[in-house]
Amino acid sequence: MTGLAHNTEKLAAGFTDAPIDAAYAFRAALHAMARPGRIETLSGVTPPAPVSPAAGALILTLCDPDTALFLAPGHDTDTVRRWVLFHTGARLTSASEADFALGTWAALQPLDPYRSGTPDYPDRSVTLIVECDELRADRHRLTGPGIETEAMLRLPETRAFTANRQLFPRGFDCYFTAGSSLAALPRSTRIEEVA
Amino acid sequence: MTGYNFAYLDEQTKRMIRRAILKGVAIPGYQVPFASREMPMPYGWGTGGVQVSAAVLTPDDRFKVIDQGSDDTTNAVSIRKFFQKVTDVETTERTCAATVIQTRHRIPETPLTEDQILVYQVPIPEPLRFLEPRETETRKMHALEEYGLMHVKLYEDIARNGAISTAYAYPVQVHDRYMMDPSPIPKFDNPKLESPAIQLFGAGREQRIYAVPPYTQVVSLDFEDYPFDPSKAERPCALCGATDSYLDEVITDDRGGCMFVCSDTDYCAERRGEAA
Repeated sequence: MTGLAHNTEKLAAGFTDAPIDAAYAFRAALHAMARPGRIETLSGVTPPAPVSPAAGALILTLCDPDTALFLAPGHDTDTVRRWVLFHTGARLTSASEADFALGTWAALQPLDPYRSGTPDYPDRSVTLIVECDELRADRHRLTGPGIETEAMLRLPETRAFTANRQLFPRGFDCYFTAGSSLAALPRSTRIEEVA
Repeated sequence: MTGYNFAYLDEQTKRMIRRAILKGVAIPGYQVPFASREMPMPYGWGTGGVQVSAAVLTPDDRFKVIDQGSDDTTNAVSIRKFFQKVTDVETTERTCAATVIQTRHRIPETPLTEDQILVYQVPIPEPLRFLEPRETETRKMHALEEYGLMHVKLYEDIARNGAISTAYAYPVQVHDRYMMDPSPIPKFDNPKLESPAIQLFGAGREQRIYAVPPYTQVVSLDFEDYPFDPSKAERPCALCGATDSYLDEVITDDRGGCMFVCSDTDYCAERRGEAA
């Protein structure tokens, strides 16, 4: 913390009008989680690189001093830490204690330490915010709650999500972000790789 | 609107409720504990639903509130006025025009769409509570998916009364996993729980939030030889003639006179060409 106090670099802004901006951002996050694979738009924030606008808005909407956030390597920079701490007051922690974790899929590995809830309280589990280069509606077929017939979303891999589904109702939930685009994959979704 | 934050609650409270809603959506039918706040209305008046609505509403929404199907009963009017005051959102009495609908004990007759969110007010969220009063035990039952107690209850209903006598708050199983109390809606509404809309449930006093995402399988419990029957009064609405809507019995005099009319006032008015 002491190092941060001497940093005079200009801090990137948060929401312009927090209650209103957060209401719209949450609605996008809710629609995404309730309809796995559907791509929503989430903008209005310009967080410091490498955080995408969509991931930045998610963090401002969902994180505060009551939540623990894990910044994966690549996102764990001085500038990002300062921005998150100033705007949310979230506790920065390790992967094993995190309520939210932010990073690329590769940087978020390994998945074992993350909390996946308990049989009594499956909600006490991590939400991964996975930064991607782009979101594409292909390669993986999604079925389950929130999906009328099927949806398509390209996932970074297959095995980890299949294993996560088998833990249901325990498991982790994912947001995928790229620029201002947002999609979600809750633990309840069944996935199948399509050639 | 001055002196209040948008949607009354402070931002940290809304974030806490929003996190609970998202976990609820990710685990359909599971009751997520949340730190329910005191609201400017008594418990039992929809404080859970109000907190969920406050966390969900945006300035672009059109908000509708019903109390047992009606837009103009005390509870519905108070909650509608409350949100008019603290959010400035547009309100409506028309189901098809609303984007967020808060309801006490009914699902509108007009089919909901993907663009709508239905927020239920829930008094007792735990379907097993009247069979097992201890939270420690019911939590274990949900963890182990041990729902035999409810089936015994329904069986005893049949043994004593010849039919399952639960007429409202009829238990359901969501996504083949969690047993859920659909709030005290009449069992007539149970088939409508499988919907394109997002359904969110808020229990203020009991501090629980749960959800049914769109197109999620919701099965009303029954037995092969005693299948679920979403019954209603067997007659048409005395005002609009509808045969497919849930009816209220209205006493008209003190000599036993009564009439049956649609409980969903918007549906009835629309059929009579009198929509507000």
